[in-house]
Amino acid sequence: MLDYTTKEMAERSALTINPAKTCQPVGAMYAALGVHKCLPHSHGSQGCCAFHRMFLTRHFKDPAMASSSSFTEGASVFGGGSNLKTAAKNIFDLYKPDIIAVHTTCLSETIGDDLNAIITDIDIPESKYIVHCNTPSYKGSHITGFTNMVSGFINYLSKKSGVVSEKICVMPGFVNPGDIREYKKLLKAMKVDFTMLPDTSGVMDTPMTGKYEMYPQGGTRIPDIIALGDCKKTIALGLQTSEPSAEVLRKKCGVEYEAMPLPMGVELTDKFIMALQDLSKEEIPFEIEEERGQLVDMMLDIHPYTYGKTVAIYGDPDTVLGITAFVLELGMIPKFVITGTPGAVFEQKANDLFDKFAVTDCIAKAGTDLFYLHQLIKNEKVDLLIGGTHGKTIARAEDIPLVRMGFPIIDRYIHSYMPLVGYKGAMRMAEQIANALMDYQDSHCDEKDLEVVM
Amino acid sequence: MSSVRDHLLEQYSARVYKNRKDHVITAGENNPDVITANTRTIPGIITQRGCCFAGCKGVVLGPIKDAAIIVHGPIGCAYYSWGTRRHKAFADEKDGEQADCYLEYCFSTDMQEPDIVFGGEKKLKQAITEAVSIFKPTAIFICSTCPVGLIGDDIHAVARWGEEEYGIKCIGFSCEGYKGVSQSAGHHIANNQLIKYIIGTGDKAPKKKYSVNLLGEYNIGGDGWEVEKLLKRCGIEVVSVFTGGSSYRDIKNSHLANLNLVQCHRSINYVAEMMYDKYGIDWLKVNFIGVQSTIEALRSIGKYFGDEELIARIEDVISDELGTVFDEIQYLKSKLKGKTAALYVGGSRSHHYQTLLKDFGISTVLAGYEFAHRDDYEGREVIPDIKIDADSKNIESITVEKDPKYYKVFLSDEQKEALAEKGVQLNYYEGMFKEMDEGSIICDDLNHFETEEFLRILKPDIFFSGIKDKFVAQKNGLLSRQLHSYDYSGPYSTFTGAVKFGQDILMGLSTPAWGLIRAPWKQIPNLEGSLGGEE
Repeated sequence: MLDYTTKEMAERSALTINPAKTCQPVGAMYAALGVHKCLPHSHGSQGCCAFHRMFLTRHFKDPAMASSSSFTEGASVFGGGSNLKTAAKNIFDLYKPDIIAVHTTCLSETIGDDLNAIITDIDIPESKYIVHCNTPSYKGSHITGFTNMVSGFINYLSKKSGVVSEKICVMPGFVNPGDIREYKKLLKAMKVDFTMLPDTSGVMDTPMTGKYEMYPQGGTRIPDIIALGDCKKTIALGLQTSEPSAEVLRKKCGVEYEAMPLPMGVELTDKFIMALQDLSKEEIPFEIEEERGQLVDMMLDIHPYTYGKTVAIYGDPDTVLGITAFVLELGMIPKFVITGTPGAVFEQKANDLFDKFAVTDCIAKAGTDLFYLHQLIKNEKVDLLIGGTHGKTIARAEDIPLVRMGFPIIDRYIHSYMPLVGYKGAMRMAEQIANALMDYQDSHCDEKDLEVVM
Repeated sequence: MSSVRDHLLEQYSARVYKNRKDHVITAGENNPDVITANTRTIPGIITQRGCCFAGCKGVVLGPIKDAAIIVHGPIGCAYYSWGTRRHKAFADEKDGEQADCYLEYCFSTDMQEPDIVFGGEKKLKQAITEAVSIFKPTAIFICSTCPVGLIGDDIHAVARWGEEEYGIKCIGFSCEGYKGVSQSAGHHIANNQLIKYIIGTGDKAPKKKYSVNLLGEYNIGGDGWEVEKLLKRCGIEVVSVFTGGSSYRDIKNSHLANLNLVQCHRSINYVAEMMYDKYGIDWLKVNFIGVQSTIEALRSIGKYFGDEELIARIEDVISDELGTVFDEIQYLKSKLKGKTAALYVGGSRSHHYQTLLKDFGISTVLAGYEFAHRDDYEGREVIPDIKIDADSKNIESITVEKDPKYYKVFLSDEQKEALAEKGVQLNYYEGMFKEMDEGSIICDDLNHFETEEFLRILKPDIFFSGIKDKFVAQKNGLLSRQLHSYDYSGPYSTFTGAVKFGQDILMGLSTPAWGLIRAPWKQIPNLEGSLGGEE
């Protein structure tokens, strides 16, 4: 397994090997699926749309519907305007969404299609919408694309009526439906009225009913996106993913925002809860305090198995930072913390966490790949790997237990229904981490040392 | 049945109707049945089709284990085609020659904005340098993605540079996603480069008296290994596989085999035809999916070589293999007989799997190809009648000359005629139509709307398709199995594969969760509930 990966760190400036990111459009497609009765549309060649739908379906094990401008060579020369116009007509005729959310691709970006102009020219049926965002695949990552699509919805739809509502806007970050349901539970418990944008719960985690719905119950309602301009505040969860969109809403409609890390682990969830309390001025209810207490109780219970253990974490920047914060709370050492998504803020925030918990000799790197991570591990083995599916080859090659968290997880089921955020999400992380380490001990220790009670 | 087709098409707007009507056929309505295929998908119509890159890098080149395939472009295309198709392989040594396996690796130039603006050739060269320094591969393939063609990076010049600089095989594949109308264009581009640059460059002759190449076998879930094992039992040497589990090391010697066996016609027929023209190697369409079709394939191979000893050995192998699976097949058939299926896969499987389904008494009510051409439906006899449109014209079609050194005729024309009389037609594919029941529906480039409608009206018991539409069917309460990935099961080829397939279908139909979909309180009429207006 990965037999050609050497211990000697290879100098590379051009070749990415085993990436820890993918391209913008898939993030945009995911974000667009989080709007009710929205059909994401990929303005490029068919393959992009097919790849993205395939990838999202493999992660969520639920249909990811989207359409394509189906560029041919001709469209690539003369521009894709007529393709998009034809597409819009056919989509409204046949698939009847309320809104089409167009994102670009490296193809349409390179030829310079002006989406604003093309969309202005389209005859959009009454009470229907077309919005767009630019997602050049040669910049940023799928995270950037997610952010850009969220901003796209705001750019096109959100309006300030002049009457400030009691609602707050919550931007969830690039998370699973299970996380969004957890946010909602906490928001409800804290008596905060909100609009979540986007909201993929009820879309990418639909129940089995025996009847397929192309547009399931979930997703942010269009009138709610329009009304975001009147929100009294935005809570932007995930500094890298959500803050830019919160800034777009602030600029456009004057909605102030508070950007904070994904509420993962104890302290970051505390921070989220207190931010909500600040808005609602309500007492923090017993069920939340109880959950928090349970979580800390568990952390104390499992500490003999987690304390001092080293871990390598890879994936999307906000998620990786959240996991890093939590493993530090468990007394673990996040030896290597990497993301494929570029951005200096990641390294800075990771280093801040290392300093806060006084761990030394840990490495944080953005804009890198799993080959680099593997080389680091070859030089200094870790006790645990945390990240998506693509780390499983490293786990196997180095015989390191792997806990799957984040995106994409295409080789396991059910995970997307479950949270990583909030106290409940942290409990799940704690259970998974402890189980992985303890299972490893059980399967690797001498027979005479196999413990019946642990 | 034609009312089913008409009912569906009527729901389209005039323009879409005009386009789609010739892609949807009721079998037996016309003599002969004619279909339109390999034409553009209408923008906005939710197609399951992919692109040229997917056909070239994903399908044909991806499985070649010892080539480091550098995807030149932004990160996505490399990422999505990394380990996601189950073409299994492992590194091995053959006659002292090593073939490494890079399938666990994904190589990309991860082009950034400045590369798009100022050109990416420099970065590509540097990427090759780094790949050579870390992996020391014997071959590097460069696959272009959309922007590369648009900005005019000359990957072929870079490939020539790579060969000179590092003394390794370095080949460019201009398989930008926008070329052609589906994955099919990518197959063609990959085929062209294989014949131009690899086939015929080796000189390791097969050791056995009878040798074959296995074309269009991608070793999904280990299918190809099962076929190889079977052929080996019969005493036939497999020189190379195109391309599942295979290598640059093996493919370069493929011109020295006696016969080409073609499994997936669509993706590799260009290589088969060009090897016939250049090296005189006949090709035989085979199908190792299904018990009866595997037997037929083996017997045809026996007849081709015409060696009584070989034929006897093949019969021994058949009776032995059949003996092992017979009871289980009969059991599965007793459970599955009478079920109906709909199939929508690539460019061959929708045909191949019909024969396997028949082994179990399952009939096909709907079949379609994602990226096939008319000959895959109607048979190669229609090729002269196929109109080449602008999209196909852009894909280079190459002609090859007889190779002065290696051209060799195995069977004379008379012998071939005699074979044809025995039912073995060489260098020919009959297509899907001829095996389909009258009244069944055939639909090319089946889109989401049509999928939902057809499944609703035809109510098959099983829908065989891919990941993008699998859960659409499943949410509708219909068993759906992926025939691209076999839902991570398989192998499904040959005798034992047929059993595995049947077991998987039976498992899918029997799983208790189907009976739990409706909550008990939804099944009991709520007699005590209030009637409208009472409250």
